[in-house]
Amino acid sequence: MEQTLPQPAHVHAPPEGFLWKYVFSLDHKVIGKQYYGLALIAVFTGMILSWLMRFHLVWPNAKIVGLDLISKTGAPGGVITPEYYLSLLTMHGTLMVFFVLTNAPFAGFGNYFLPIQIGAEDMAFPRFNMMSFWTTAAAFLVLVLAFFIPDGPPISGWTAYAPLSAVGSDAGPGLGWGQNLWAISIGLFCIGQLLGSLNFIATTLDLRTKGMTLMRMPICTWAWFITSCIGLLAFAVLLPACLLLILDRMAGTSFFIPSGLVISDRLQNHAGGSPLLWQHLFWFFGHPEVYIAILPAMGIVSHVLVTSMRKPLLSAKVIIYSMISIGFLSYMVWGHHMFVSGMNPFSSLLFSFPTLTITIPATILTLIWLGSLYGANIRITAASLFALGFVSMFVSGGVSGFFLAQPSIDIYLHATYFVVGHFHMVMGVAAIFGILSGTYFWFPKMTGRMMNETLGQLHFWFTFIGTYCIFMPFHYLGLVGNVRRYASFIDDFMPALMPVHKFVTIAALITGAAQFIFLYNLIHSRFYGKPAPDNPWDGTSLEWSIPSPPPWNNFGSKHPVVYHDAHQYGVKGEKGDFIMQDSPETAAG
Amino acid sequence: MGKLFGVVLAIIAIVSAYPIVAHWYVQPVDISTHGHAIDEQLADTMAEAGLSFLGAQLLLAFFVWRFSQRKPGSRVWNIPGGATLMVAAAFILVGTEILALGVLGQKAWANVYFTPPKPDAMQVQAQAGQFAFYFRYPGVDGKFGPLHPDKIDEGNSNFFGLDPANDVESRDDVVSAELDVPVNREIQLLMHAKDVGHSFYVRELRIQQDFVPGLDLAVHFTPTQTGKYEIVCTQLCGLGHYNMKAYLNVLSQEDFDKWMKQKISEQ
Amino acid sequence: MRAKLISITAALALIFAAALLHARAGGGTVSGKVTYEGTPAKPKPIDMSKEPSCAKQHTTPVVTETVVTGPGNSLENVVVYISAGAADDAPPSEPVTFDQKGCQYIPHVLAFQVNQQLKVVNDDQTSHNIHPLAKVNREWNKSQPPGTPPIVDKYDKPEFIPVKCNVHPWMHGTFAVLKNSHHAISGQDGGFSLPNLPAGKYTVTAWHESYGEQTQEVTISGSETKTINFVFKAKPY
Repeated sequence: MEQTLPQPAHVHAPPEGFLWKYVFSLDHKVIGKQYYGLALIAVFTGMILSWLMRFHLVWPNAKIVGLDLISKTGAPGGVITPEYYLSLLTMHGTLMVFFVLTNAPFAGFGNYFLPIQIGAEDMAFPRFNMMSFWTTAAAFLVLVLAFFIPDGPPISGWTAYAPLSAVGSDAGPGLGWGQNLWAISIGLFCIGQLLGSLNFIATTLDLRTKGMTLMRMPICTWAWFITSCIGLLAFAVLLPACLLLILDRMAGTSFFIPSGLVISDRLQNHAGGSPLLWQHLFWFFGHPEVYIAILPAMGIVSHVLVTSMRKPLLSAKVIIYSMISIGFLSYMVWGHHMFVSGMNPFSSLLFSFPTLTITIPATILTLIWLGSLYGANIRITAASLFALGFVSMFVSGGVSGFFLAQPSIDIYLHATYFVVGHFHMVMGVAAIFGILSGTYFWFPKMTGRMMNETLGQLHFWFTFIGTYCIFMPFHYLGLVGNVRRYASFIDDFMPALMPVHKFVTIAALITGAAQFIFLYNLIHSRFYGKPAPDNPWDGTSLEWSIPSPPPWNNFGSKHPVVYHDAHQYGVKGEKGDFIMQDSPETAAG
Repeated sequence: MGKLFGVVLAIIAIVSAYPIVAHWYVQPVDISTHGHAIDEQLADTMAEAGLSFLGAQLLLAFFVWRFSQRKPGSRVWNIPGGATLMVAAAFILVGTEILALGVLGQKAWANVYFTPPKPDAMQVQAQAGQFAFYFRYPGVDGKFGPLHPDKIDEGNSNFFGLDPANDVESRDDVVSAELDVPVNREIQLLMHAKDVGHSFYVRELRIQQDFVPGLDLAVHFTPTQTGKYEIVCTQLCGLGHYNMKAYLNVLSQEDFDKWMKQKISEQ
Repeated sequence: MRAKLISITAALALIFAAALLHARAGGGTVSGKVTYEGTPAKPKPIDMSKEPSCAKQHTTPVVTETVVTGPGNSLENVVVYISAGAADDAPPSEPVTFDQKGCQYIPHVLAFQVNQQLKVVNDDQTSHNIHPLAKVNREWNKSQPPGTPPIVDKYDKPEFIPVKCNVHPWMHGTFAVLKNSHHAISGQDGGFSLPNLPAGKYTVTAWHESYGEQTQEVTISGSETKTINFVFKAKPY
């Protein structure tokens, strides 16, 4: 019978030519790798920025060789000025939160593996997908451009609070074109993410293969799906917020700027705006954003743990429902970033309750992971070590959140290093561990080669111990009242704390250097790694049923049929103690 | 390697908890009337958090130590109680914590924000501007003169934009770079932002409140001990943010009166 | 006889020429005093407690420098300069130095020429961020951490530029960027002197950062000294 209907969007011909194969590819696998590669560049850039920051905090008068070539005004004679420290801080946060933590676990691995895990040959809208990546890449270039303009990058932090970010260069260096580039970059990033989220949602709902009910999807597929739902609403608020900011800066509007401000001896020509409006819009996005950063990592870790433990989690359904409730609650808590911001103190209490409540699903997840380890037979690999490390980091980061969720304690701990320790533990370490676990786990599938396991485990030990050495002391510093975002520590009580800061800096430099072990492993294994079998970890989900690396249309000419969920482990199967999702055999007993 | 993970994690957990248990890094002495409730809340939360932290990390360490790299083909089994036990434990543990800390802890917040200042509280205006704090006392007439942003002349020490030539109430206003207050007297701090967002933070007072341009905010507190304390800005406000501080001097009533007399003679 | 006549004429001519040259090189001088009438506002104390490294450098109280007076009602820091009648001069090759010391600008008012090199030096233990608030010239601000090299710049248009430090709000000064070399700043006795003026008609302007500007006309015919005084009206606030 002739096919008279038009081909669905996700079905496309195999690519030909260098540009269509590797640059403007419509293939979700290439796009996933492109996102991952972008995140890799962003994370090493962000890491080097953090080195410069940590170095400057403990050796403020050090002349850093070559830095004055990058910025003559920012680092005259190689000495970092206070404003350059703040631009490093701003760019570090912006790069890490947006271009690493939203890119790699969600757009990177999600793009690569979501279609495969549900048995589809591509995302629902491959052209949108390609456009999302290139919009994101453009956003990255626009942001990085800020380093090379005369006045430098913005100094208002990744949170860009108004009016500092809205009034322009009167308020300080970098707040002219630097801030404009930031706002444009983030606006572009929002567009890329919105397109991506639409794609993920449509794909998950429409393109599941026969037998792949929603509840049979692997947990990490669910995580990506929930993340894209959160992302759709969150980025839809950040985009207009950036537009309003750009209008205030360039078109003379006053959404965020009240009247009567005197900056640089000049009365600002604005009236009627509210700085708190920016905070509400930003954090309405900003809080769900941190769950966008961690949910995919939770999904990846659940996925890796199940395969590594050789038994299913205690209840995949409970995990999925907990993740859904986290996603839902994440929209009700944004005011906990604003307890002392000047908003109505009664609102602070209102925001505090859902913030404390979100601890329940987070604790359920942690207890399920912990409880599932009981009676398991854990295979220790670099991937499973990072997954286990994630659980530890998530506990550490979550526990410190409990302090900050209470407004009365936040009076004391707000804007101290306690907060910096908290969010680095959950985002800067736990989420990164999720990405690293996924990398070691899926590298064989993506490249057809194994990574070096010894180097991978060495990388784990340095990173696990190193990140605890860096971020645990931040909590102690915060308890003493060490304020954050300071370019230098000149308060009277600070000299006594400098040894702690020195310890952290040295730990950061060593841990950072160890990441090059990972980079070397990644690149070397890509070309010289041992050839990988289709299913090196004895996994059950659909990605392990296809060759390593997969062909351009994933499953060849036929679509798989699915008979089980992805947790058939610890059973007697033909291939061992597991049964793959597309295998019609049933578990004996 | 699995055993190593268990051992290393256990060490990390204990080493991390030790500085807290040994009180190496604690808040400075509390010099306010409302701070005790906050400190108690912090201590209670620390106990709960500490137990949860140690419990979870040591459990994770033990499970990985015990259940990793066993003989291939070993039996795997579920923890008795399964998912139901975990969900119940989460609800009970966290639920009680939320009730205890969240509900009971409201009082500490209410002490600061829901209790209005006494009618005889001493009013001082604080202005935060890039990158210093300045304070204004109403002077002998007890009234603050109006502010005129266009009259600000910092080189001439007119930080607030007062117009004493035309505004009679401004003539006796006392402007100071330090916040001097008498001990055991309730102070109401009226907060005015000159340019961008700033924040007022005194660790010992257990007070932190943002200055928001365009909003008239106020905090009130009663200092209970004399001494010199640092006021630091905690809201990123530009390149000099790290250098934005002032001193809070809590004086005996006698010393405060002497200081005020001196300041009035300088105006 | 003829030779004697020629040599005497030549000698006379030489003497006359020398006298003329001497007169041109020396020129006239405009000098005088700047004073005020009325009651000036009291200088206000500057509290540097937020910057202890600067505060401890001062053994005597530091006061605002907007109005600095001396005995006999003299007014200091007034820029007195030739605003009309003199040709523009090429800038001198030596730079002028503006020093940040003890969290104050030294001198409080710095007069220099268009395109003359300006050197800003940080002699303090803290970072300063000097911000000349130019309206006609290019506005810029630069951070100067302690121990970093001097900031070097120049202005290509005449302007009175208020200078502030972005980090320390009490630090204020002025750059008087002028077209020619005929400028002076009144000292503690209020006195000023503008020497080396060729014969001609001049407008002399006196500028004070708070009391405004005043002008007077003066004519120089030879090498005399003309005295002109300026009296400013003090403001009580």
